Amino acid sequence: MPAVSKGDGMRGLAVFISDIRNCKSKEAEIKRINKELANIRSKFKGDKALDGYSKKKYVCKLLFIFLLGHDIDFGHMEAVNLLSSNKYTEKQIGYLFISVLVNSNSELIRLINNAIKNDLSSRNPTFMCLALHCIANVGSREMAEAFASEIPRILVAGDTMDSVKQSAALCLLRLYKTSPDLVLMGEWTSRVVHLLNDQHMGVVTAAISLITCLSQKNPDEFKTCVSLAVSRLSRIVSSASTDLQDYTYYFVPAPWLSCKLLRLLQCYPPPEDGAVKGRLVECLETILNKAQEPPKSKKVQHSNAKNAILFEAISLIIHYDSEPNLLVRACNQLGQFLQHRETNLRYLALESMCTLASSEFSHEAVKTHIETVINALKTERDVSVRQRAADLLYAMCDRSNAKQIVAEMLSYLETADYSIREEMVLKVAILAEKYAVDYSWYVDTILNLIRIAGDYVSEEVWYRVIQIVINRDDVQGYAAKTVFEALQAPACHENMVKVGGYILGEFGNLIAGDPRSSPLVQFNLLHSKFHLCSVPTRALLLSAYIKFINLFPETKATIQEVLRCDSQIRNSDVELQQRAVEYLKLSSIASTDVLATVLEEMPPFPERESSILAKLKKKKGPGAVSVTELEDSKREGGELNGGSDRGPDTAAMAASNASTPSPSADLLGIRSSAPVGAAPTSAGSLLVDVFSEAGPAAPSAAVNDDGFLSSAPPSEDPAPPLSEADELLNKFVCKNNGVLFENQLLQIGIKSEYRQNLGRMYLFYGNKTSVQFASFTTTVSCPGELQSHILFPQLNVQTKAVEPLVEGGAQIQQVLNIECLTDFSEAPLLNIKFRYGGALQNLTLKLPVTINKFFQPTEMASHDFFQRWKQLSQPAQEAQKIFKANHSMDTEVLKAKLLGLGTALLDDVDPNPENYVCAGVIQTKGQQVGCLLRLEPNAQAQMYRLTLRCSKDSVSRRLCELLAEQF
Amino acid sequence: MIGGLFIYNHKGEVLISRVYRDDIGRNAVDAFRVNVIHARQQVRSPVTNIARTSFFHVKRSNIWLAAVTKQNVNAAMVFEFLYKMCDVMTAYFGKISEENIKNNFVLIYELLDEILDFGYPQNSETGALKTFITQQGIKGQTKEEQSQITSQVTGQIGWRREGIKYRRNELFLDVLESVNLLMSPQGQVLSAHVSGRVVMKSYLSGMPECKFGMNDKIVIDKQGKGAASDDAGKSSGKQSIAIDDCTFHQCVRLSKFDSERSISFIPPDGEYELMRYRTTKDIILPFRVIPLVREVGRTKLEVKVVIKSNFKPSLLAQKIEVRIPTPLNTSGVQVICMKGKAKYKASENAIVWKIKRMAGMKESQISAEIELLPTNDKKKWARPPISMNFEVPFAPSGLKVRYLKVFESKLNYSDHDVIKWVRYIGRSGIYETRC
Repeated sequence: MPAVSKGDGMRGLAVFISDIRNCKSKEAEIKRINKELANIRSKFKGDKALDGYSKKKYVCKLLFIFLLGHDIDFGHMEAVNLLSSNKYTEKQIGYLFISVLVNSNSELIRLINNAIKNDLSSRNPTFMCLALHCIANVGSREMAEAFASEIPRILVAGDTMDSVKQSAALCLLRLYKTSPDLVLMGEWTSRVVHLLNDQHMGVVTAAISLITCLSQKNPDEFKTCVSLAVSRLSRIVSSASTDLQDYTYYFVPAPWLSCKLLRLLQCYPPPEDGAVKGRLVECLETILNKAQEPPKSKKVQHSNAKNAILFEAISLIIHYDSEPNLLVRACNQLGQFLQHRETNLRYLALESMCTLASSEFSHEAVKTHIETVINALKTERDVSVRQRAADLLYAMCDRSNAKQIVAEMLSYLETADYSIREEMVLKVAILAEKYAVDYSWYVDTILNLIRIAGDYVSEEVWYRVIQIVINRDDVQGYAAKTVFEALQAPACHENMVKVGGYILGEFGNLIAGDPRSSPLVQFNLLHSKFHLCSVPTRALLLSAYIKFINLFPETKATIQEVLRCDSQIRNSDVELQQRAVEYLKLSSIASTDVLATVLEEMPPFPERESSILAKLKKKKGPGAVSVTELEDSKREGGELNGGSDRGPDTAAMAASNASTPSPSADLLGIRSSAPVGAAPTSAGSLLVDVFSEAGPAAPSAAVNDDGFLSSAPPSEDPAPPLSEADELLNKFVCKNNGVLFENQLLQIGIKSEYRQNLGRMYLFYGNKTSVQFASFTTTVSCPGELQSHILFPQLNVQTKAVEPLVEGGAQIQQVLNIECLTDFSEAPLLNIKFRYGGALQNLTLKLPVTINKFFQPTEMASHDFFQRWKQLSQPAQEAQKIFKANHSMDTEVLKAKLLGLGTALLDDVDPNPENYVCAGVIQTKGQQVGCLLRLEPNAQAQMYRLTLRCSKDSVSRRLCELLAEQF
Repeated sequence: MIGGLFIYNHKGEVLISRVYRDDIGRNAVDAFRVNVIHARQQVRSPVTNIARTSFFHVKRSNIWLAAVTKQNVNAAMVFEFLYKMCDVMTAYFGKISEENIKNNFVLIYELLDEILDFGYPQNSETGALKTFITQQGIKGQTKEEQSQITSQVTGQIGWRREGIKYRRNELFLDVLESVNLLMSPQGQVLSAHVSGRVVMKSYLSGMPECKFGMNDKIVIDKQGKGAASDDAGKSSGKQSIAIDDCTFHQCVRLSKFDSERSISFIPPDGEYELMRYRTTKDIILPFRVIPLVREVGRTKLEVKVVIKSNFKPSLLAQKIEVRIPTPLNTSGVQVICMKGKAKYKASENAIVWKIKRMAGMKESQISAEIELLPTNDKKKWARPPISMNFEVPFAPSGLKVRYLKVFESKLNYSDHDVIKWVRYIGRSGIYETRC
């Protein structure tokens, strides 16, 4: 490659640059640049042609000015001229300018592409390289379009120089990344794969990057690369450090190539061919062996290169997850790194071990390092390393070491970093629940957790402990006792008060026998915390008090006194006030029997996914831990619980503890389908607080006829559709716009338009109150049939989320894009949830999307009509209904309705002018369904006869049902 | 209250740093450098808020002066102080440059100690400061001199010491105005205003009481009414001007100005600025610029500019400079002008036409042919306005000094004995015509 000699250096450019660097101020710099630009302009404009040298010089100056941040809008032509020069330096500057300042001027692009084409077809390797670099640097779609077919040819041609091949491979990779659709490998595939056998290591390194990227997209096409890669790898691994001359880096043979090979292998499952597999295993063993050898050099580069290969090999071993021997060895190797001086190595070791822990073969091996990991958690300086250590502890935990790990994590929690506390709390809670053999231990752990890190304990954690205590009779007494003791501490966390209030309210009677925890003592203890708590907690405590009245009639007077006191009954908070008033009345009016029924002990909770787990998953995202989690619990279910101890009472236990037949099902987020409100708690569920995230404020509990509180607990599950939803739906069969729904709070307007199988619907949500709606969310779902065909959806509804806040009196708009894929009968459901003054409102409506919306009117003559009518003569294709008129039989109204239906109303077809005849085609994505309609009114009898014939039987039935409601 | 004051050179190196209050840490110096001087995007606002700290800066050539505060100060006060500081430094060592600041840093610290006390501005009158802060080092001062300084600095009239004596009582009065204009291509005035200053240099003995009078419309009208002569009122009304707003040197008795609109004061010794004012009505525009720009195809532009002087033929305008901006893709310019010299300055993207002198009611023109390089950019040339600089020996606002009376009761010289000089200079501010 011709180097730029001193004499060839551009003096003018050097002077210009040094002038600019010497400028004292920005203004001076701008002045100098303006002067230079004017000079260049006059030179370019000048009549006499510039020689290559000056052209190059000026283009260089322009480039420099551009890189300083000034706009350059000329000089492109000169740069393109430089491309056709024969001098390397001039060509190089030309390409540099083009790749920095590419301009989408079509004329120029054509010239540039032409120049590149010339260079690509030239025999000069440096020119070819320059052209390839330019393509890769620009990497635009136009470039890809022009050269995507050319480059593979250069890449695999036999006579191409090695350096050009290298450039071509990387250039192709770049083009593939920007526009994968244009780079079609097709016939080149096998020849590209064979580049792995190339003599030149540089070519192999470049090609492997390309192959890795391509094989991620279409693994099958590149399957052959596995055996080639393995043989290549084994050759490198087995070579002595002197074999590969230029490619040996600090005594490690070709480390980059090895890493890339190992990474390529990670795209594929273990090779099926025994020989190949044997060879690969041998390679991996050699790599692991080499790690044990004493280092050949003290230099950090040597160990870095070696470790890079080692870690890549370990990830491959973990990826295969089939060689117990290798897994254990990898684990031991990592164990050594756990005590290494290098923080980075310790971090990497912990991270890799996390994945190893989830493999059944190496789980036990990982467990041997528990002491080291615990030590790391306590002593590591770097918080990110501590975080990894915590992750690993979580991953390696099982029934045998749960107690130790949970205890360690708890003790660490006191000093833990604030940034990881919440996550630690969740992990402790999950582990404690998952591996609890003895539920008193579980209760102790969670209460400890609340005591140590109360602020970080989320709602889910204490909901969960209450669910478990309620569902398990054997711990209730113990829980009540422990809670009572915990509450005696002078300063308790509010979460502790919540748990305490709830548990004592339910099971206070179990410890009432002891004079030290007599009912009054319990009550006084709770009430001493009352004034320090926030409103939701106070509301919960009030509920606990009313439960006390039921449990211990002797406390009734004291509690009524408290409820009657002004600070309760006239509390400024509506919720508290209402509870105080209602509970007071309830306690004074209702007889003990009634009280006992209303305030019965909470029934066991239905099984559901541990909400904590869901929370952790949400926190972590779809990252490594959730996968581990999933696999973890699979193993858990399979090995530990799958056996003997799945008794009837474990079945009632926590959901994640594998009580359902498929242990992973609960993790997949399938919630118990029964709406929570329908649980058998409706009468006594005063303490609905624990249910779901809907918040402790029970909805403004309406007083029922019989004076009891009926509190349909607001839940996150969509409410069942309104009863009048069908009626609403019918209103919209023949029209597209109008008011869909209205109550005191909310009005929903609708505007829709349809074209062929596509529709667009505008929903307008109007807030009729003067108060803001908070957390306003809408979801559209397709019920029943629509959803069951997951593979063949019938309707495709797309929408964007709406603003979560709707101001009083304001209106927000939502657009739904609807695509009809095939015919359907059920309308999609629209679920609306929002908070109005703290209470959750939950509303489900049917969206007025019916099959007839996708009608295309068809005009046809009488003759055609009857011909088609006859063609559709199979009994299934016809649907007929005779029904009484619901509305007036006015001709104009009927006509308007039939037109609104979307069909063409055909005149002069039916011999009887009284009858109406319509024709239309229903457009779906998959097919078109022709429909013919005939409506025969009988004015005397106020009856209609409706006949429909469609090319698809389900359509005619559905249409018939729909239309019968309209007339 | 100003917390501290920093002076930087153009590279952002700190030349002077004086912190007055504890709430300003050392890192404030760097914060300003990083966020303002070295900011990626040029900071245009003179006030910058960084981490609850406000920086007020002014720039003099390449030097940055920044005042820092954590409190909610009156920004106008801070800027007034910074300008005053610049004036004081100029009075002591001439131009504010990096070189001068480095050479005089001891003096500057001394000045800063004197004119700011715990962040509160003190006496910043150059004349007064010069009596006790000198560049000659410590001069042996007698007891009397010292007590005199004390009494002056602490006394009621801080800007003048007692016992000044001159053989010739003399005073110089300069009315300096800058006229700003924006005119449409058709010759319609879009905006115009004059900002003026009355600068005085007085060499008067004792403690004289001065009274300054000018053709302020309010005063003239009042007098016209007092005289009860309609004719007089009309004739004087013609020549009176409406002053939009004005500010005075601290020596002027504001109470008297408020009640009688008379300007009376005991002047400081030496040079000072008596008042500043602004007018917007009835401005005499000294020059009219008539542009004519024609685009001939994509690669050529023809420009013709005529300037007309619009004042008495006996007066001579000086230092006239017309700046005609050229498009950014200019590749060559040919200029022809009858008078003066014209040149295309590529570094400024403009044709600069200079005329040394020009009498009133004259006309002169320039024509230029600009060659353009065709660019692939579709952007049209924005046609920036043609700007102009000049100096004329009259006040474009029409302000006239009617009298300046000097009374000194204790010493035996009267108003007639004082030699008075009055001079009017009108300069261009931003004087632009769109083309």
